Amino acid sequence: MAEPNWQLAYKQETLKKRARFIQQIRAFFIEEDFLEIETPYRIPANAPELHIDAIPSTDWFLQTSPELCMKRLLAAGYDKLFQVCHCWRAGERGTTHLPEYSMLEWYRSDCDYHQLMLDCEAMLLHLNSGQQLNKQGQSIDLSPPWPRMTITEAFSQFSSIPLEIALATDKFDPIIALEIEPNLPTDRPIFLTEYPVEHASLARKKTSDHKVAERFELYIGGLELANGFSELTDPVEQRQRFTREESQRRKQGKPPYPSPEPFLKELTSLSPAAGIALGVDRLIMLLCDKTRIDEVVAFTPEQL
Amino acid sequence: MYSCSDLKKGLKLLIDEEPHVIVQYDFTKPGKGQALYKCKLRNMITGALFDRTYRSGESFAPASLEERDMQYLYQDDSGYIFMDKKTYEQIILTEETLGDDKYFLVDNMDVEILMYGERAIGISLPIFVNLRVTQSDPWVKGDTAAGNNKPATVETGYTLQVPSFVEEGTLIQIDTRTRNYVTRVKE
Repeated sequence: MAEPNWQLAYKQETLKKRARFIQQIRAFFIEEDFLEIETPYRIPANAPELHIDAIPSTDWFLQTSPELCMKRLLAAGYDKLFQVCHCWRAGERGTTHLPEYSMLEWYRSDCDYHQLMLDCEAMLLHLNSGQQLNKQGQSIDLSPPWPRMTITEAFSQFSSIPLEIALATDKFDPIIALEIEPNLPTDRPIFLTEYPVEHASLARKKTSDHKVAERFELYIGGLELANGFSELTDPVEQRQRFTREESQRRKQGKPPYPSPEPFLKELTSLSPAAGIALGVDRLIMLLCDKTRIDEVVAFTPEQL
Repeated sequence: MYSCSDLKKGLKLLIDEEPHVIVQYDFTKPGKGQALYKCKLRNMITGALFDRTYRSGESFAPASLEERDMQYLYQDDSGYIFMDKKTYEQIILTEETLGDDKYFLVDNMDVEILMYGERAIGISLPIFVNLRVTQSDPWVKGDTAAGNNKPATVETGYTLQVPSFVEEGTLIQIDTRTRNYVTRVKE
């Protein structure tokens, strides 16, 4: 008898923990009175975004996020929803990226992005008994509230060029990835908040400052875990933003995407709401103290 | 030409007219932002290591290197000695040139030597290499879980994770692309 495949066998302990954590995530949201929802993985149109490429599936696409269906349900009157599902993004493969990965999304009506940050704090404390998390020997203090830092503050503290210049010269993303992310505190979780509106395609503008959107990203131990925002509920502005993303996609020679018409139509009925997407595999990496996403999934694409 | 999506560890590119090899590679993407391809490159002529981050849309010329079938003989103070099996000509590669590839050389192994003009600048390893474990903690009785692992050092000095049932003296197969344990080798 041949020796069992050890590259699969060695993950068994981690996968047992993963299964328990995912059960606890579900228990947390059910306890908070959220409804667990399943929406189709294969859809006719994703939200067009410049930097997210969908994988075609015959004449439709695999979802890059379940957000459009989730928001249509919100608009139909469902008030608290969550989903754990698979999403696909073409070409994304690295230490913390898989082209097929697990996403946790949750949505609440009648609230804004501040409530979602509170949810993140409460969920982490539900999953991790005790207020300390250990990441490769570094201890992370989870006691709430976690620090919040605006993008403007992050640029003035860590960036080699001012935010306005970064935006004007298309350097926003490299500065975030190469200058800000590596310098964020690693002993505390942190929320980066108030993203420039051109970097928040589906988020509502802040009423007090129209240049920024009510969007945040959660980082724990240097790992980007979640992206949340107050939902844009204006169908006219949403259509304009989709059109802009789509025309930028075409300028870069990317394949055209169809417009998600039912979503745009039903957005009219959406009252104020907020929603968030959290990378489940990365959360498991953090909770199991693993450095590569490969270690927390049963199969990577290379193993198939 | 290569595009960013072709970038991976071991890929050889022409940068400023000189051949470079990617020795470390990672893909990253901040928030909903643009993809970044982080590479650690080694200039295959000077040996210089440096970091470079590329953004989607960039393209790269492949470094076309000739390969010569040779045999690895042994290591001495001058470096690692290889011999052309037809002409018996011998060449020496230094430790810097070989990088981590040095851990996967077994005496008398057939390898391909990468040539840049008349100059040997690297090697191309076979996908699977068998190496003997020279140091590893003993198996703990009662530890029967299928997935338990422990570090082990092989004869070339390379250390990797192996299943807990692998003992000192065992010959194991390693995948040189991932540098991971594959299986024990029957002798």
